[in-house]
Amino acid sequence: MNKLDEIKSKVIVVKDLVKKFGSFVANDHLNFEVGRGEIFGFLGANGAGKTTAMRILCGLSKPTSGNVRVAGFDVYTQTEKIKAHIGYMSQRFSLYEDLTVSENFQFYGGIYGLSRMEIKEKLENMLNRLQLDAMRKRLIRTLPPGIRQKVAFSIAIMHEPEIAFLDEPTGGVDPITRRQFWEMIYETAAKGITVFVTTHYMDEAEYCDRISIMVDGRIEALDTPAALKQQYDAPSINDVFLKLARKPATNIQP
Amino acid sequence: MNSIEVYGHRLTKSYGEHQALNVLDFEIIKGEIFGFIGPDGAGKTSLFRILTTLLLPDSGEAKVADLDVVKQYRQLRLILGYMPQKFSLYTDLTVRENLDFFAGIFKVKVEENLHLVEQIYGQLQPFESRRAGDLSGGMKQKLALSCALIHKPRVLILDEPTTGVDAVSRQEFWEMLLLLKKEGITILVATPYMDEARLCDRIALMQHGQIMATGTPEEIVSGFTKQLFRLKPDNTLEALHQLRQMSDIHRAEMFGEYIHLSTSSAIKSRAAVEEKLQSANIRYSLLEHIEPGIEDCFIELMQQTSTP
Repeated sequence: MNKLDEIKSKVIVVKDLVKKFGSFVANDHLNFEVGRGEIFGFLGANGAGKTTAMRILCGLSKPTSGNVRVAGFDVYTQTEKIKAHIGYMSQRFSLYEDLTVSENFQFYGGIYGLSRMEIKEKLENMLNRLQLDAMRKRLIRTLPPGIRQKVAFSIAIMHEPEIAFLDEPTGGVDPITRRQFWEMIYETAAKGITVFVTTHYMDEAEYCDRISIMVDGRIEALDTPAALKQQYDAPSINDVFLKLARKPATNIQP
Repeated sequence: MNSIEVYGHRLTKSYGEHQALNVLDFEIIKGEIFGFIGPDGAGKTSLFRILTTLLLPDSGEAKVADLDVVKQYRQLRLILGYMPQKFSLYTDLTVRENLDFFAGIFKVKVEENLHLVEQIYGQLQPFESRRAGDLSGGMKQKLALSCALIHKPRVLILDEPTTGVDAVSRQEFWEMLLLLKKEGITILVATPYMDEARLCDRIALMQHGQIMATGTPEEIVSGFTKQLFRLKPDNTLEALHQLRQMSDIHRAEMFGEYIHLSTSSAIKSRAAVEEKLQSANIRYSLLEHIEPGIEDCFIELMQQTSTP
């Protein structure tokens, strides 16, 4: 691989990222890269600094210092370009509850600048793929939570972004739907879309190509699930996580 | 003889056309930790609101500590500790002010019952003068639990206390619950995390407003009658697709780095599964017979129960 291809294949490049709020260091010299089509699990305890870093990667907040490029764009100067090249979904607030499934597609498709034809095609593909044809005119708030999350994911990637950021996408979702959701993630990654995902389900961490574990603003571990289990001599990622993130009570951030 | 501390009999609740609780029956024994386990929309919160006298059932009956949730709600409220899913303390009051406020409502002195919350509140004491709204998620949760306990309730009802909480804090929270159990408090806890089931004395698996199964975790697992195998394939997605096309394979689901595979009665041994995999050219590095977990049981029960 020549130099240019290598740069192109890294859709997220983070070098010495520092973010401070007053004297509090939320992100303390983060360094990592994520490749095209990779499923990257971004793990950490509550308050470890995941949300702060994710907001920076999405172009919603600027670092205090460091170099960060997302989809080839600079997070200091090209945030609007970044927003056009990523998709984002969270556990909540992703869709308009008082609009129908197809209205949400039209709304987001319009925002992403898709044509009517493209929006219609994306909608039909999704309804077909998820066997939801009967649901197209249903208000989002009347859908079961699991289906809502699948629709939200489809919308987050309808403009074929380079990276999909998923913030706890499967919280509270039933075990069958949770697995169907991960199968959708695999299919998405196979198409070359990078998936950057946070989760509190440690079995889902095992589904990722690589994971990072944040503790107190720093990335304490980053590798494939198999390599981390070996490195920390732990039978599961849950045990790796507990070894890394469990601290004496005196260190707990208030 | 175990005494029944909480029970529901033919409880139903609808919101318009949506049936949130579909004829629920359950009994909870004094002093146990009882888990209601199920995804969002299973009806856990509606049930807890009925048990805490905040919502009237459409029909059916429920009693907590021999008090009827409809007719004797005033007396009942005095002996209940309730932690709703949404953080419901006063964010403008300090940590200590919140605790004093809840103690005041129940006409008890904080000092009287401080021993009960010592383990939990102890970690908050350095921040007593901080506003509740400025605490981290884990600390808010500890304060909410302290406030729910400060009047020494007879029954503690916790609605998804660990949702959105990281694996470390979840484990700490459960350690706190096990301490409270030693005080003789009956604890009802709702959770979407299947792995928390084994920390409960007994559980009810819920879906679509119904209880699919009740019992000790061991009893639930013994109800799983199929043979279950664990497979580590070279290519998970490809193997899943292939397995689902095959005869005599009952179910194939991702479980972390493995696939859990249950078989029809025609295939009982590991050797027979091995033969199946070889005939389909599925490459793998591990195949073993395993005992099912609660999540395996939940998935199996979901398939058997009709969906609305």
